[in-house]
Amino acid sequence: MSLGTLLRRGVIAAGALLLATPVMAQRAPEPIRIGAVLSVTGPASFLGDPEDKTLRLYVNRINQAGGVNGRPLQLIVYDDAGDANRARTFATRLVEDDRVVAMVGGTTTGTTLAMRPVFEDARIPFISLAGGIEIIDPVQPFTFKTPHTDRMACEKIFADIRARGLTRVGMISGTDGFGQSMRGQCVRVAGAAGITIVAEESYGPRDSDMTPQLTRLRNATGIEAVVNPGFGQGPAIVTRGYHQLGIRLPLYQSHGVASREFINLATPAAAEGVRLPAAALLIAEQLPANDPQRQVVLDYKAAFEREFNQPVSTFGGHAYDGLMILVEAMRRANSTDGTRLRDAIRATRGFVGTGGIVNMSATDHMGLDLSAFRMVEIRNGDWVLLGN
Amino acid sequence: MNARWATLLILAAVIAVIPWFFPSGYYFRVAALVWVTALGAVGLQVLMGQAGQVSLGHAGFVGIGAYAMALGPKYLGLPVLACLPLGAALAGLIAFLVGRPILRLKGHYLAVATLGFGILVAMVLVSEIAVTGGPDGIRIPRPEIFGWRPRGGEAWYWINGAALLIGVWLALNLQHSPSGRALAALHDSEVAARTIGIDVARHKLRAFVIAAVYGAVAGGLMAMMNGFVTPDAAGFLQSVEYVTMVVIGGLASVPGAVVGAALLVLLPQALTVFHDYEHAVLGLLIMLFMIFLRVGIVPGLASLLRRRSA
Repeated sequence: MSLGTLLRRGVIAAGALLLATPVMAQRAPEPIRIGAVLSVTGPASFLGDPEDKTLRLYVNRINQAGGVNGRPLQLIVYDDAGDANRARTFATRLVEDDRVVAMVGGTTTGTTLAMRPVFEDARIPFISLAGGIEIIDPVQPFTFKTPHTDRMACEKIFADIRARGLTRVGMISGTDGFGQSMRGQCVRVAGAAGITIVAEESYGPRDSDMTPQLTRLRNATGIEAVVNPGFGQGPAIVTRGYHQLGIRLPLYQSHGVASREFINLATPAAAEGVRLPAAALLIAEQLPANDPQRQVVLDYKAAFEREFNQPVSTFGGHAYDGLMILVEAMRRANSTDGTRLRDAIRATRGFVGTGGIVNMSATDHMGLDLSAFRMVEIRNGDWVLLGN
Repeated sequence: MNARWATLLILAAVIAVIPWFFPSGYYFRVAALVWVTALGAVGLQVLMGQAGQVSLGHAGFVGIGAYAMALGPKYLGLPVLACLPLGAALAGLIAFLVGRPILRLKGHYLAVATLGFGILVAMVLVSEIAVTGGPDGIRIPRPEIFGWRPRGGEAWYWINGAALLIGVWLALNLQHSPSGRALAALHDSEVAARTIGIDVARHKLRAFVIAAVYGAVAGGLMAMMNGFVTPDAAGFLQSVEYVTMVVIGGLASVPGAVVGAALLVLLPQALTVFHDYEHAVLGLLIMLFMIFLRVGIVPGLASLLRRRSA
C-alpha cells in the first residue's frame, strides 16, 4: 500500500467515525436525500423561484405527515443561476458528495442537458422541470420530465383548428429560444395534423411593432388561422397589432403566454377571442366538478398562495408533479436504489398532477397526452375553458 | 533556483498532492474546474497584468474555443481533439483581426470595445440557432486520446492540471523574456516605451492574441469536460468574472491569476450554506479582499511576509 492510499484511507476512516457517532447516538431513521439544482436566480428565475418554493413547501409537508417509508426527506437545493457549467458542477456534487437518491430539478433545457450525463452515469433518477423535448426524446434510461412539450402545444392548437374545419395556417414566431423551438416543432407536426403552413413571418424578441409582418400575413392568400409561437411581450404586441389591423381570422397563442400579464399587456379588447393551450392550473376554478385534476390543482394553488402570498405559476406546478411522482415511486418501490426507483417511476400510471394525468412507460418518460392541455379562449379579459 | 521555477514547482506539488485529500469525485470535478478556469485567467493576466490592456470580452474567446469543440465534429467531421488547436487558432485569428483596430483605443474606450466584442460573440451563439443550437446549448462528443476516453472528474483533473502547468510555464517565460519586458514597459508608459524603440502596437496585439488563445484552449477543455456547452460560456458575466479573478489575485502576478480563479470557483461552492445570502457574502468577501490586499492576494501576501521577516 502506498503512502497516498494509506493517508487517504486514514482520512476516510476518521471521517466515517465522526459521521457515525451522532447517528448511533440518536437512532433516528436516516433521511432520504433528494437533490435539486434550480435556476433560483438569473434570467430564468421566474421559473426557478416558484420551483424552489414549491419543493421546500412540499418536502416540509411530507415530513410533517411522517415522511416516506418511515424516513424523513432531506431536500438539498443548489442555485445554478441559469449557468449550464455551474449546474453540471452542482449535479456532480449532489451525486458524489451529497449522495442523493434522486434529483428533481433542472429549470432550463440547457442546464438539464448539461446535467443529464452525470445522473445517467451514476444511474440515479433525474426528473427534469424543463420543457425541451430533446430531454426525453430519444429516451434516456434515468431521465424523466414533467412539463408539457412545445410539440404537444402545436398538436393541441392544430387539433383545435381542424375542429373548426380549417387547415391553412399562417405563422408568426419570435426569434428567441422559445419561439424558435416551438416554431420548429409546429413545422414538424403540421403535416401529420393535416395542417398546411402557407405563410411565415418572424419578429425579434425586443421588437415593439409587428404591423408589417401582420400586414403581409393579412395579404397572403388562403390563410384561415394564425398561430404565434412566442414568449414574453412579443405575443402581446402581435395580438394588439392584429386587432388594430382588423384581421378577423382566429388567432392562436402558445402556452408560453398563459398569464394574467399577457391579457393586460395586449389589452382585453384586442385579446378577445384569442385561443391558447394552457395547463389546468390556469383555470383551476373553472374545471368541472368531475374533472380528475380539479382537486389536485385547487389544493396546490391554495397551499402555495397561502404560504407565499403570491400567485401560483405552472412552473411551480411542474416541481410539485416531479416531487410527487418521485415520492409515490419511492413508496411503491419501498427502496431508494437507483435502478429500482427508476423502474418504479417508469411504472407511474394514472398519477394526477397539476400538469395532467401521467402515464409513464419504457418509451415515454414524460407520460402526458394532449388532454394535459386545456384549450382556453379569452373573453371579457378572462380565461374561459372551452369544452374539450 | 529562481522564483519562476519555485512557482512552477509549488503549483506542480499542489496539483500532485491535493487529490490525496479528496473524499469524493465531486472534489476532482471542482478542482478540475479550478485548473481550467485558471488557465483562462492566466491568459487574461498576460493582457491585463503584463501589457496593461483591459478586456471585458475575454469570455468571448472562451466561447469560441468551446463552440469549436461542438461545431468542428458536427460540420467538418473532425475528431474532437483536433478541434482544440483549431479553436485556439481561430480565436487567435479573430483576436488578430479584431485587435488591430480596437487596441488603438485606450482605457475606458478599450474596455467598451472589448465588451462589445464579447457581447457580439454571445449574441451570435444565442441567435444562430440552426448552427449553434441556440440558448439551449449543444453537445460535444466525448474525446478519445489514443484509445483512452477520459471520463469523470479524476481524468479531467489531471488533463486540466497538466494544461495549467504548461500555461503558467509559458506565461512566466513570457514575463521574463524581452517581449515580456517590452510589455511591462508599455504598461508603465506607452510614450516612454515608444521612445526607446518598442513597437507598441505590435506588442499589444501579440498580448491580445495570446490571451485569446489561452481563453480558447480553456474553453475547449471545459467544453470537453462538460460534454455540453451553452452560450453562457461566452456571456458578459463570465468576462467580468475573469477580470475579477485577475484583479483579486494580483494583476502583476501569474500565480495570482491561478489563486484568483481558485477563489472564484471555490467560494460559490463553499458559500452554498448561506443559501439566500450567498451572493451577498461573495460580494462582501471580494470587497474585503480588495480593501485589505489592494495589490491582489499573491503580491499582497508576499509583501506582508517580506515585511514580517524583515
